[in-house]
Amino acid sequence: MEILMCIIAGLLFAAAVYLMLSKSLLRIIIGTGLLSHGTHLMLLTMGGLKTGAVPVLGEHASTYTDPIPQALILTAIVISFGVTAVFLVIAYRAYQEIGTDNMEQMRGMETDD
Amino acid sequence: MSLLHWAILAPFLMAVFVPLIHKRAAAIHTGWFVLILPVLLFGMFLQYLPVTRENSSITETASWIPSLGINFTAYIDGLSLLFALLITGIGSLVVLYSVFYLSQSKEKLGHFYVYLLMFMGAMLGVVLSDNVITLYMFWELTSISSFLLIAYWYDRERSRYGALKSMLITVFGGLMMLGGFLVLSLMGDTFSIRELAAQALELNKDPLFGLAMILVLLGAFTKSAQFPFYIWLPDAMEAPTPVSAYLHSATMVKAGIYLVARFSPIFAFSGYWFWIVGAVGLFTMTWASFNAVKQTDLKGILAFSTVSQLGLIMSLLGVGAASLHVESLDDNLFITAVIAAVFHLINHATFKGSLFMAVGIIDHETGTRDIRKLGGLMSLMPVTFTLSVIGAFSMAGLPPFNGFLSKEMFFASMVHLLELDLFQMDTWAILFPVMAWIGSVFTFIYSIMIIFKVFTGRFQPEKLEKKPHEAPIGMLVSPIILALLVVVFGLFPNLLSYSLIQPAAAAIVPSILPPGGQLDVHISFWHGFKPELFMTIGVIVIGILLYKLMPKWIKMYDYMPGKVTLNQLYNASLYAAERGSNAITNSYMTGFIRSYLMYIFVFFIGMLGFTMWAKEAFHYDASAAAPIGLYEVSLIIVLVIATATILLAKSRLTSIIALGGVGYTVSLFFVIFRAPDLALTQLVIETVSTALFLLCFYHLPKLSRHEEKRRFQAGNALVAAGVGIMVTLLGISAHSSKFFTSINDYYVENTYKKAGGENMVNVILVDFRGFDTLFEITVLAVAALGIYGLIKLRLEKGGETNENK
Repeated sequence: MEILMCIIAGLLFAAAVYLMLSKSLLRIIIGTGLLSHGTHLMLLTMGGLKTGAVPVLGEHASTYTDPIPQALILTAIVISFGVTAVFLVIAYRAYQEIGTDNMEQMRGMETDD
Repeated sequence: MSLLHWAILAPFLMAVFVPLIHKRAAAIHTGWFVLILPVLLFGMFLQYLPVTRENSSITETASWIPSLGINFTAYIDGLSLLFALLITGIGSLVVLYSVFYLSQSKEKLGHFYVYLLMFMGAMLGVVLSDNVITLYMFWELTSISSFLLIAYWYDRERSRYGALKSMLITVFGGLMMLGGFLVLSLMGDTFSIRELAAQALELNKDPLFGLAMILVLLGAFTKSAQFPFYIWLPDAMEAPTPVSAYLHSATMVKAGIYLVARFSPIFAFSGYWFWIVGAVGLFTMTWASFNAVKQTDLKGILAFSTVSQLGLIMSLLGVGAASLHVESLDDNLFITAVIAAVFHLINHATFKGSLFMAVGIIDHETGTRDIRKLGGLMSLMPVTFTLSVIGAFSMAGLPPFNGFLSKEMFFASMVHLLELDLFQMDTWAILFPVMAWIGSVFTFIYSIMIIFKVFTGRFQPEKLEKKPHEAPIGMLVSPIILALLVVVFGLFPNLLSYSLIQPAAAAIVPSILPPGGQLDVHISFWHGFKPELFMTIGVIVIGILLYKLMPKWIKMYDYMPGKVTLNQLYNASLYAAERGSNAITNSYMTGFIRSYLMYIFVFFIGMLGFTMWAKEAFHYDASAAAPIGLYEVSLIIVLVIATATILLAKSRLTSIIALGGVGYTVSLFFVIFRAPDLALTQLVIETVSTALFLLCFYHLPKLSRHEEKRRFQAGNALVAAGVGIMVTLLGISAHSSKFFTSINDYYVENTYKKAGGENMVNVILVDFRGFDTLFEITVLAVAALGIYGLIKLRLEKGGETNENK
């Protein structure tokens, strides 16, 4: 299962990178979203996908799933959500002010004039 | 801190007070106040003469960075004292001259004397330092203050060009020299020059010895304007004439000479030293004297003549190294070369200083330095004429002036090379006296050119800006003193021989000094019919002949140097460096985020791929893996379809919804892989994110809202596939090689016992690893504030803060 999940994470990464290399700002942000999904899945996979109980003691199970990656992922989800939100609002403001979402047109001012 | 240290630091301290004096005492020329210091210092250094006369020395140490062995060690021996006297003596005369040369009302004298005093202190530091790091520090200070002085009239373009050029070349040399010093101190394990000299023979066998020698010599050659680094000196003539006289004839350009002389005890045993210093010096001498003849600017002639004379001294120091290889002291002819070098050093400082001052007077009184406009000034400026004759004849090597004596000794040393059977001298020896002789002929020509083109011939008042007349007496005092010295040293050279020359020569070649004894220095005015006398007669005869025929052969210069001169090479290399670095930067700094992401991803793939390949880091072991279930496979299929939809979607809306699909699938994965908290969070956050995406989509500007099909880009796809493959391989490899078990047993055991909770994930988040959560909350707070600010603050709408317009 872990091998398969690694391949899936790789697939998500590939799609994310392809999107990030495109011209549209929105597609770049979608790419970052995919990238964080890939990362979270990878984190979970690396903790081991062995079948154990949900990490809640009330279950009285003999083995539990590893709780540490889950805590890490929870933190990562919240942070990436915060960053994505800021990123989206910046994009929204950029649309309002500049009037384009094409990265090719968003070059910095020429400084040497 | 001893008196000697204070003597070095005194000019710097004085420099601090100069602006204050300049402002407070505006009625009196600032130079008068400055003059006190070099005169005092000169008097102080004179008191050391009896000490060095006996070949003894004084060392004073003040600790600076003792933990690194870097101390401010002042050291006085014959060589240091000679230079210190030159610096303070000529410094006094130059300050006196500048009082009359620069006007109190028109010039920024506060700046001038600050720079000049900085330079004086730095120069004293160079010649009196025993520690190589301190020496280097003062060395760079001379470069900086010289830069400031050359660009004193900074509103002139030529001044700035000259200053920049001299800065680049001398600082290049200075940095090379620092490298040489560091190599030397690594080899000898000390920063002290004397301690290094004590281990000279061991250092000679070190494999790094040659490197240290080349680097130190680069420093000396750039500072002393040797071939091919002399090109900065003619351009440095844009400085005020007192500066040219002081820095670019008497002191700073001799710092390289000092360096070579000072490191002779360490390097001179090597045959390479003899060859490099001797040959470069001699070639510089001939080349520069040849080029001096075609100059039309008086200061240009003097600049090239300075280069030429420095080459002469340098070659003598190189040839003098041969004295270390001749066994018996009694018939050691090459000691003459060292003595001649020291003697000519003094002579050059005197006659070149007076010549520069004379040229400054001509410039000051006529308004031009162009020899094509000048002529017939002999009766108008008789004193300046006399000064120029003394200086120029001494430079040409005519009796009875001091230049004659040192030129004779120069020829003698070169002729003695014919008897040397070292360093393949049997084949090449003849070149040395021949080149020396040719150089001297040209020296003679340009020397008498200065006299006859300026002071004789037709007087052309219509070409001059001012009505020429004799300079005020104050301006003449300094050159008169120097010219008097030229004559006195010429007639009574033995005034110098044991007081200054012998101690300095002994410091250059200490190893041949008999214990407790002295070198035999006797400079005789008349020494019989030796080859050098006939060479001098030949120089005079051929020189006069060539000068008379000058109009016939001067055109040769138009063809001779060819298209490529060293200046053009310098300019072209600067231009090429600037254009080249511009081109390189422009080629990869495209301004597109795609390019930069490309670099990052390609680098990631390359680094990771290479490391995994080189370290054979890839492992595959599926034995520890969990079994594949039906649910997972079906979820994977959904995930793949959703991802593909994002990539292939024509409209942005489809991509956004498909991204939501991916997010919900991921949360289903969390459900299957037994992570209820994750699943909850993921569901909520994905919903909010999708809403935000839709908000963004809705506000897209109308203009670019028309949606076009994404063109497939093979390059992007290749990089994307590469990143995906690397991530997969890394994941598989990491999973297949587990080296230790997880620490999760601790959390499972203690979640209830120690923390009193049952949900392990939540206990980890708020108890075991609560700090992470604290700052994650901070991240959210910052994000919320940032978003609020982005939406609320609209400064640009007011138009006032838009600085791009």
